[in-house]
Amino acid sequence: MADLLRRIAERADPAAFRELYETYGPRVKAYMIRRGADAGTAEDLAQETLLMVWRKAALYAGDKGSMTTWVFAIARNLRIDRLRREVPWQELPDWRLAEASGEPLPDEAMAEKQTQQRVQAALAELPAEQQQVVALAYLEGLSHSEIAARLGMPLGTVKSRMRIAYQKIRAALESLE
Amino acid sequence: MTITRHLDDATLMSFAAGSLPGALAAVAAAHVAMCARCRGEVAILERIGGALLTSLPEVAMVRPGPATPEIGGLQKAPAPSGEVPPPLMRFVGGNLDAVRWRWIAPGLWHRPLPIRGDGSLHLIKGASGVKVPEHDHGGSELTLVLRGALIDATGRYGPGDVADVDEEVEQHTPAADAAGCICVVANEQPTRFRGGLARLLRPWHGL
Repeated sequence: MADLLRRIAERADPAAFRELYETYGPRVKAYMIRRGADAGTAEDLAQETLLMVWRKAALYAGDKGSMTTWVFAIARNLRIDRLRREVPWQELPDWRLAEASGEPLPDEAMAEKQTQQRVQAALAELPAEQQQVVALAYLEGLSHSEIAARLGMPLGTVKSRMRIAYQKIRAALESLE
Repeated sequence: MTITRHLDDATLMSFAAGSLPGALAAVAAAHVAMCARCRGEVAILERIGGALLTSLPEVAMVRPGPATPEIGGLQKAPAPSGEVPPPLMRFVGGNLDAVRWRWIAPGLWHRPLPIRGDGSLHLIKGASGVKVPEHDHGGSELTLVLRGALIDATGRYGPGDVADVDEEVEQHTPAADAAGCICVVANEQPTRFRGGLARLLRPWHGL
């Protein structure tokens, strides 16, 4: 997928945009529906997300980051802005990309793919109770207090499950280095 | 500036997930803008978002993809500089000396910052040695030091340091150190003050 980003960034390749649209559109749409949008709004927001990826990719040629993470961050910010009508405080991962420079080497693209697979695997290995709080935060958009209320457990339990889940994922990535 | 007091991992996770309530997200963003360590953590936590996004069952797009637009017109965000981190600039401006303070108690001033979304957001200025009145928290509270320092039972907080506490911390009564302190405080719910000062502070709803 790093290659896709590069084709967009360097050559503004329309075929790359179609590929982006077909790969990520249905997932971003699913994400928006999960966060409370109706199907029409979700499709609009998915389209807007991918157009933003297209426009921003040109600014950050030489990106070593993950396309998937980019799409997520842009979708997340749009969702906060449009569905919650709040300020999306999170910066897009721009500043990290701005710090990166030069062409990604083929083994960097490979490393990137491995990293993303490792995150997937570590998530899948989490005990169900930890997966649950992570999914409620990322996919349902619930705050710590809302998760505590939903599950009928103390705030401290919710937060400690999140911390442990994160520590495991971080450890899985460190073992890769 | 050496930052030693960071956001809790659970706070960072919710921040990266986009599910931290508005006021808390504002202070978290301000800390992250100042703190390279937490930026690194957020980068990892956003990967979790990417992984979860690709694991969602797809919902087919109904319309064909739009024509690809011209590229250009977007600017990179400026690098942080000065005392006010970029996420707070739209409220505070770039200069802490230009803030119009409201007096609330001897040696204590504040400036409410309007936010959309849940919770309350305030700039607080404490004169040398002044204590924040005894209070407890509904939900979570984030305090980020912008100038000077705060001292509490767990130690000292300088510029960029953040105190991340919740309702399970019974009392939290930080005090400004000798040079005074300016900080930004976010509450998930209005803070409950105890004792005589509570009456005094009640008109400043949400402090």
